[in-house]
Amino acid sequence: MLELVGVTAGYGRSKVLFDVDLIVPKDGAASIMGLNGAGKTTLLRVAVGLLPVISGKVLLDGVDITSMRPNRRVQQGLGYVPQGQLCFPQMTTLENLQLVSPVQSDIDEVVDIFPALRDLMSRPAGLLSGGQRQQLAIARTLLGKPRMLILDEPTEGIQPNVVAEIEQVIVDLTERGDFTVLLVEQHVGFAVRISDRYYTLESGRITGSGAGGEDAIDAVRASMAV
Amino acid sequence: MDALTTPFLTGTATGAILLMAALGLTLTFGQMGVINMANGEFLMVGAYVAYLTQQVISSAGVSIIIAIPIAFVVAGLLGLVLEATVIRWMYDRPLDTLLATVGVALVLQQLAKDIFGAQGDPVVLPGWLDARINVFGYEWPLRQLFTILLAVASLALLNALLRYTSFGRRIRATVQNRQLAETQGVPTRNVDRMTFFLGSGLAGVGGVAISLISGTNPTLGTSYIIPAFLVVVLGGVGQLKGTVLAAWGVGVATAFLTDWTSGSMAQVMTFALVVAMLTLRPQGLFTVRTRSLA
Ligand SMILES: Nc1ncnc2c1ncn2[C@@H]1O[C@H](COP(=O)(O)OP(=O)(O)OP(=O)(O)O)[C@@H](O)[C@H]1O
Ligand SMILES: [Mg+2]
Repeated sequence: MLELVGVTAGYGRSKVLFDVDLIVPKDGAASIMGLNGAGKTTLLRVAVGLLPVISGKVLLDGVDITSMRPNRRVQQGLGYVPQGQLCFPQMTTLENLQLVSPVQSDIDEVVDIFPALRDLMSRPAGLLSGGQRQQLAIARTLLGKPRMLILDEPTEGIQPNVVAEIEQVIVDLTERGDFTVLLVEQHVGFAVRISDRYYTLESGRITGSGAGGEDAIDAVRASMAV
Repeated sequence: MDALTTPFLTGTATGAILLMAALGLTLTFGQMGVINMANGEFLMVGAYVAYLTQQVISSAGVSIIIAIPIAFVVAGLLGLVLEATVIRWMYDRPLDTLLATVGVALVLQQLAKDIFGAQGDPVVLPGWLDARINVFGYEWPLRQLFTILLAVASLALLNALLRYTSFGRRIRATVQNRQLAETQGVPTRNVDRMTFFLGSGLAGVGGVAISLISGTNPTLGTSYIIPAFLVVVLGGVGQLKGTVLAAWGVGVATAFLTDWTSGSMAQVMTFALVVAMLTLRPQGLFTVRTRSLA
């Protein structure tokens, strides 16, 4: 379970998040929706420790991790796939994976999830397509064997057949039963359908939340239409 | 023939020393945005380690070989101390680190003067190094060849470390995207410390080579630090291949210019040459092209 309690955060003097409360239920899934610039990425950066809070707390399975460095949070079981298909461009696909775990059987396991990576192992990640890089980014994070995965717009700007593949991986993870997912998504339909809980974020404030699932989609769509 | 061979070989040996000094600079600048002017003093420390080892172990041949790893560790540890006490507060503020480390350099020089005296000490050459080999009629001192071999070996080890070990992958990941590295579980603070250790240690090894050529001296670092910086800038920050070529180029160019003019004139002209080159290629000799540098 991941909890944000009264989190206010921002960059320098400008605040971006205001008193945000959010709960991702243990072994469940939550999604955050909001327009461009609402503060979704900022919220995730606070959750993974890249951005300090101005006030408030971050709890992982009840443990206060507010002042823990990102790499320590990874050791605590947090996995993060940032927005923008980020890779280490001058390292090969294989080296990107080996960075997280050099164990070949573990690498084979995550490559089985994204078979397209198999033929790209010796290519510098900077030369992969956006979709390939996103598959690499997800595979690399899963290689760390997280208990909880945080994904920031994993299908943004990616062609439909790869989107379907990535969405299937996310669905599989949520159905595993021992895995927690926090998803930021523009595709309201997909996000709300797979979520136990959804949140809407507007200008840094939580403006709506509720139980997810197929039945909630229309209501969320309506609440977000401007 | 001699007019070409001599400066070429001597310049290559100088380039080898510049390389040992520049590797640490380029690693720490590329990874942490730190300009460490005290790196020259790690050369000096390495030279004194060679001298001191010789005081303890009288066989010059044995002591030189033993001095190499000791110099690496001692200079490396000093680098760690410098990082922990001064530099860690100034990451990504190159100008601040430059000023602070100039101060540290002066302190270290004064310390060396207090301990060893302002005059340098000679380091005895082992018999097998105190020889010359004939290259196209030039009697080339073997210690210069030894210096080159030492630099090549260090470079090969560094390259293997960066390419094939998990520590090397962590360094490269941290250089390419620090925040992403951190969120993929890389303890970037520790990686920074280790890089500092490594870079300072390499300068220490370079110092052993210098001691064979010109003995020890409390201020020997000052004559190497500026050309080493030229090498870093010319080679492209963080680029191993570029740094090697730049070191060689600056070493050989200085040797030829010294031959034709005078020592100080040669330094000035090398400097001008580098500035001219950078006007044409501001990114250094090499650039890395990828689809996305995110
Ligand atoms: N590094 C930064 N420095 C200063 N301001 C920033 C920084 N990153 C984001 N912001 C500001 O914070 C606000 C929220 O940005 P954020 O990236 O969290 O939005 P988002 O909801 O993720 O948007 P998108 O859907 O476009 O990804 C924006 O106004 C943005 O300009
Ligand atoms: Mg965003």
